[in-house]
Amino acid sequence: MFRAIKYSLSLVAALTANVSFGAWDDLNMSPGATQLSQEIFGLHMTVFYVCLAIGISVLLAMAFILFKYRKKEGVKPADFDDSTALEITWTVLFALILIVLAVPATSVMIKAYDDQEGDINILITGHQWKWQYEYIEDEVGFFSNLSTSLDKRNNLAPKDENYLLEVDEPLVIPTNTRVRFLITANDVIHSWWVPDFAIKQDAIPGFVNTGWTYVNEPGVFRGQCTELCGQYHGYMPIVVKAVSPEEYSTFIRDKKEAKIQQALLTEKLWSTSELMEIGEGIYQKNCVACHQIGGRGIPPVFPSLVGSEIVMRNKARHIEILMEGVQGAAMASYAEQLSEVEIAAVITYTRQAWGNAETGDGKIVIPKEILDYKTNKL
Amino acid sequence: MSSDSSYYVPASSRMPIFMAFGLLLFVLGASFTMNNWGEEDSNAHWLLIASFAVIWGTMFFWFGSVIKENDSGMYSGQLNQSFVWGMAWFIFSEVMFFFAFFLALGYVRLFAVPWLGGEGEKAITNILWPGFEAAWPLLVTPDNEQFPGAHHSMSIPAVSKLHTWLPFWNTLCLITSSGTIALAEAGLRKGNRTAFKLWMVATLTLGYVFVFLQGLEYYEAYTHMGLTLGAGIYGTTFFLLTGFHGFHVCLGAIILTIMTIRGFGGAFSDHDHFGLAAGSWYWHFVDVVWILLVLVVYIF
Amino acid sequence: MSAVIDSHHDDHHHGPAKGLSRWLYTTNHKDIGSMYLWFSLVMLFIGGAMAMVIRAELFEPGSQIVSPEFYNQMVTNHGLIMVFGVIMPAFVGFANWMIPMQIGAPDMALPRLNNLSFWILPVAFGILLSTFFMEGGAPNFGWTFYAPLSTEYAPPTVTFFIFSVHIMGASSIMGSINIITTILNMRAPGMTLMKMPLFVWSWFITAYLLIAVMPVLAGAVTMMLMDIHAGTSFFKAGGGGDPVLFQHIFWFFGHPEVYIMILPAFGIVSHIIETFSRKPIFGYSSMVYAIASIALLSFVVWAHHMFTVGMPIAGELFFMYSTMLIAIPTGVKVFNWLSTMFKGSLTFETPMLFAIAFVALFTIGGLSGIMLAIAPADFQYHDTYFVVAHFHYVLVPGALFSLLAAAYYWIPKWTGKMYDETLGKVHFWMSFISVNLTFFPMHFVGLAGMPRRIPDYAMQFADWNMMVSVGAFLFGISQLLFLFIVLKCIYNGKAATTEVWEGAKDKGFEWTVDSPAPYHTFSSPPSMESLKSSS
Ligand code: HEA
Ligand code: HEA
Ligand code: HEC
Ligand code: CUA
Ligand SMILES: [Cu+2]
Repeated sequence: MFRAIKYSLSLVAALTANVSFGAWDDLNMSPGATQLSQEIFGLHMTVFYVCLAIGISVLLAMAFILFKYRKKEGVKPADFDDSTALEITWTVLFALILIVLAVPATSVMIKAYDDQEGDINILITGHQWKWQYEYIEDEVGFFSNLSTSLDKRNNLAPKDENYLLEVDEPLVIPTNTRVRFLITANDVIHSWWVPDFAIKQDAIPGFVNTGWTYVNEPGVFRGQCTELCGQYHGYMPIVVKAVSPEEYSTFIRDKKEAKIQQALLTEKLWSTSELMEIGEGIYQKNCVACHQIGGRGIPPVFPSLVGSEIVMRNKARHIEILMEGVQGAAMASYAEQLSEVEIAAVITYTRQAWGNAETGDGKIVIPKEILDYKTNKL
Repeated sequence: MSSDSSYYVPASSRMPIFMAFGLLLFVLGASFTMNNWGEEDSNAHWLLIASFAVIWGTMFFWFGSVIKENDSGMYSGQLNQSFVWGMAWFIFSEVMFFFAFFLALGYVRLFAVPWLGGEGEKAITNILWPGFEAAWPLLVTPDNEQFPGAHHSMSIPAVSKLHTWLPFWNTLCLITSSGTIALAEAGLRKGNRTAFKLWMVATLTLGYVFVFLQGLEYYEAYTHMGLTLGAGIYGTTFFLLTGFHGFHVCLGAIILTIMTIRGFGGAFSDHDHFGLAAGSWYWHFVDVVWILLVLVVYIF
Repeated sequence: MSAVIDSHHDDHHHGPAKGLSRWLYTTNHKDIGSMYLWFSLVMLFIGGAMAMVIRAELFEPGSQIVSPEFYNQMVTNHGLIMVFGVIMPAFVGFANWMIPMQIGAPDMALPRLNNLSFWILPVAFGILLSTFFMEGGAPNFGWTFYAPLSTEYAPPTVTFFIFSVHIMGASSIMGSINIITTILNMRAPGMTLMKMPLFVWSWFITAYLLIAVMPVLAGAVTMMLMDIHAGTSFFKAGGGGDPVLFQHIFWFFGHPEVYIMILPAFGIVSHIIETFSRKPIFGYSSMVYAIASIALLSFVVWAHHMFTVGMPIAGELFFMYSTMLIAIPTGVKVFNWLSTMFKGSLTFETPMLFAIAFVALFTIGGLSGIMLAIAPADFQYHDTYFVVAHFHYVLVPGALFSLLAAAYYWIPKWTGKMYDETLGKVHFWMSFISVNLTFFPMHFVGLAGMPRRIPDYAMQFADWNMMVSVGAFLFGISQLLFLFIVLKCIYNGKAATTEVWEGAKDKGFEWTVDSPAPYHTFSSPPSMESLKSSS
């Protein structure tokens, strides 16, 4: 008896420790890349084996009863209907099992809730349907969009390994550093989940949740938004790249550099075709989800930009919509997400493309105008 | 009175299906009215008005037939007991409805507002609302542009000014009315119909005064205190709690008015007056809710 | 306290009226029960058809047949219809049919109210379904309709949704008041509370739960309505509110709600197992106490659906412990069912097969529930297909199987005819195999990281999803067979005996009246003595 227990315990230990045997990976949670995720994985396995044991015992007992006591000629059924002793026994048994589960669960919970500041603090904001990352100490940031092409999603091109799990710009974090995430949202509730870090925190508009991680080895970790946030909820993946601290400082330096460059660009003289080219790219990346290919939209929810009164003739309102968004509609403000150049470009593009230039006033917008809009507001 | 040994199963009845139809009209009318609010050519409100006509009309005939059946002695004691249970559980469901709103108030006061203001376990939230401070009553909201808060709160003033504070008179009215209706019932039970009628009229008067004062308070809030539904969470909880309470007072007052009219017309006997009793329980329930409300909305 | 039918109205003695007016105006608990049951069957096919759309979309990675927006509408309405339109009305239908018969009452306590409770359901669901044809489309924010997706960001049809939820709630509350009143007030002489059949007990407690939580749901949707149309800020941080407040209120309703969908099933399964084991139920009183404890506990576990919203740690721990406690009373029930079968004389007619499958598969669903209850582990499980697997195991082979079992068990009493036993067994085995094929692999994709409520997924989930979809189609087809069996039974079944099941006449009043049960069951109150062995 004793040996049996010892054996089964070591079996459990072996299975929990040695996780990578073949197909098992596809069926189970991944132990992840951090100490916390591994502890949670261990907890998961413990609970799982306990539940498995209970499940198998119940099912076996049941199978035995069904077979043994099926109706037979001349055998009378018993007529007992009670046994206080038995009932107390199994009630106590259940309670004991639960205590055994509650103890490790509590200790892991306390570790997960450690809420000290990080060496690096990153503000994560969920938007419909993309993530915004801001490095609080370094004052740089960017948006991260799904980069899987529409062709792949519409089965017009072959899908590859990272289908739906790839973004234009991953979040970069350093290894061997305590990174704290401050998670919030701008419109509806989203949820930031990276399984390998065992972080799943809801991003709640107006409130801030926290999570933290400490990654030892460089790597790329993928996750998804896990709170229903509207029609493209399935299309807002998360990619985190953990790099060495040296590489990380280069990354931050480049980001700061680019920020200064952007500011300079606004002053430059732009031609319509330059703007059109940039604008088309921005449109494909940021607008096409709602206003669709060719700008035809999905009326009545997402208005068509072809022949729209605003796009044809109301330049001021056009700028305003992009800068402020539309209250109460899915149309968000792009003031922070896109640079002045990009906003000017996409406005120009929508006013010129799809025959809008011919039917409307065809006015273009240059980056300076966007900058003026911003300064006037202040 | 029929003997205790017969059980009354009403014949098939058209009332329920009319009621269901009334509710159908109501949902369509209310939804279209709200969704088309402000549109000139919308005539959805007619649908809503029609639905009220159907619902109230059906109720009139439905209760009318119940009263007639009772008067013709078809009901057994057992059925009356069913009505008692039915009313009791209905009031329990109302209690739970209010519970949801009290829960909301408790949650925002204990958690949401402090967190937004940088207190408690999620104090970090304050980075999104620089400058915002937690307070209750919340007169300055985190986003004061969209939710402009209020200049004054409805909270209890110093004792010397108590007499200028409407909720004080309101409380007095409601508590007294709970007493007067008990006296009315007692009168009826003793067969003293004059006392019964007198106390019913007193109860009703107090009820209507309450409704009037509540209306006055809302008027003050909107015109002089800047306290509106859109003022932020303080206005929100204030109006929704007192508003639903006020709505229930109105319902109770309507029920009691009908009971009084019936009473004047000679209805109810000293041992058989379930309609009145049910109305009076409802009135007591409204009273209890008010006391809780005064405590958490106005005083603490 | 006796129950002789008053004879003022002729139709009491001459059975039902003819034509449509019978159904529109009826006050008869059997008519109303039948309407509830047919309504719920129709809704099963509508909600099931939506599930088929979901599974067709998820058959392979990539966009298949519907747009992401329509997919969300499908998921939302599938959940809403299955919960509020299938499982709940079906249980109310059984309550209407069986509770008066099981306690020896002539009818429900408040028959006209009963009719109203039913007829506003088609109103509510008619309106809900009509939103598919309105501008902006049907509700698309999940059956849990979290604010602000369901308020500021919702399609305009949300107003119709809110009012139809109000109506559903009113229906449930009135139905429950009726049931409680009937149970409290109309039992046959000598039937004390602790002699009531377990189905009656389970509904007694369920009705109490319903009256306690449906108004809270009404409060939640009312707050939404105000936030949308009156400028209030319950769920808006800018005004001092909190979107998470919505979740607290919703789940204060929502968790008891899921037990509302399982407690009557416990009652049904107890009866069936008892009958086909030819033995009295084991531990009757602990069964009652277990149901009551589950109901009480259900009020203090709600935030286990919200482990990832960023609650303070004390909250996480409290809700974790309280949730785990529910395993104890539920385990008591499972073990009592096993002990009832132990040393019995078992036969395996279709109702028994479904009841046995219920016990086995519900246990699996319950155990995955325990895994979800472990808060730190739930950080990984939450909002993945692991949760979807959990709740379908407790709802489909749980609640739905208990309904099928009950239908087979009592249909001979209702129609006076036997269903086709062979076809019934075929139906069972098809359902049993395909239900596992459908919902078991969901555990795997969930653990491997597939989020729920997504219309498209990464390549690594492809194989299992295809299997799930195939299983789902098979399960759907199996339910068409059920419809056929029911119709065949009604129009072409062999006559059933009074007792129907061997030895059943000791098991409850319903087996002492003719098959089919007369339009008005008891003209005089039955006596407890007529049941030889009391359960
Ligand atoms: C009929 C419906 C039903 C039932 C009965 C249950 C039963 C249980 N559920 Fe489930 N649940 C749902 C319907 C149901 N659930 C639904 C619909 C959702 C998702 C909602 C949504 O988000 O859309 C959900 C989600 C859900 C979550 C949230 C997951 C998440 O979103 O992250 C959790 C977490 O704790 C949970 C836990 C439990 C537990 C502990 C039980 C327990 O009651 C189970 C108890 C039973 C047993 C444990 C088995 C038998 C016992 C034994 C054999 C004894 C021995 C066992 C031990 C000692 C462990 N459920
Ligand atoms: C009691 C409740 C209940 C029941 C019975 C079911 C039954 C089924 N459910 Fe559902 N389900 C829920 C309650 C229920 N579900 C809830 C609450 C959600 C969450 C919603 C949300 O996230 O908001 C959900 C979500 C949900 C999802 C997750 C969607 C997502 O997150 O993206 C999936 C995916 O596979 C699914 C599948 C199924 C299937 C295949 C069935 C099958 O068992 C259905 C079988 C029935 C039929 C098929 C009908 C009968 C037959 C026909 C109509 C004929 C046509 C048949 C063919 C063409 C084959 N359900
Ligand atoms: C999340 C969906 C979404 C995205 C992405 C989006 N929009 Fe919009 N857009 C909307 C909606 C919804 C409206 C309608 C707002 C209203 O109710 O008036 C709108 C309105 C507009 C209008 C006004 C059209 C009219 O006739 O009223 C313009 C111009 C516009 N968007 C441009 C853009 C541009 C340029 C981009 C990309 C940089 C973009 N939108 C991205 C949803 C979106
Ligand atoms: Cu963002 Cu889901
Ligand atoms: Cu729950």
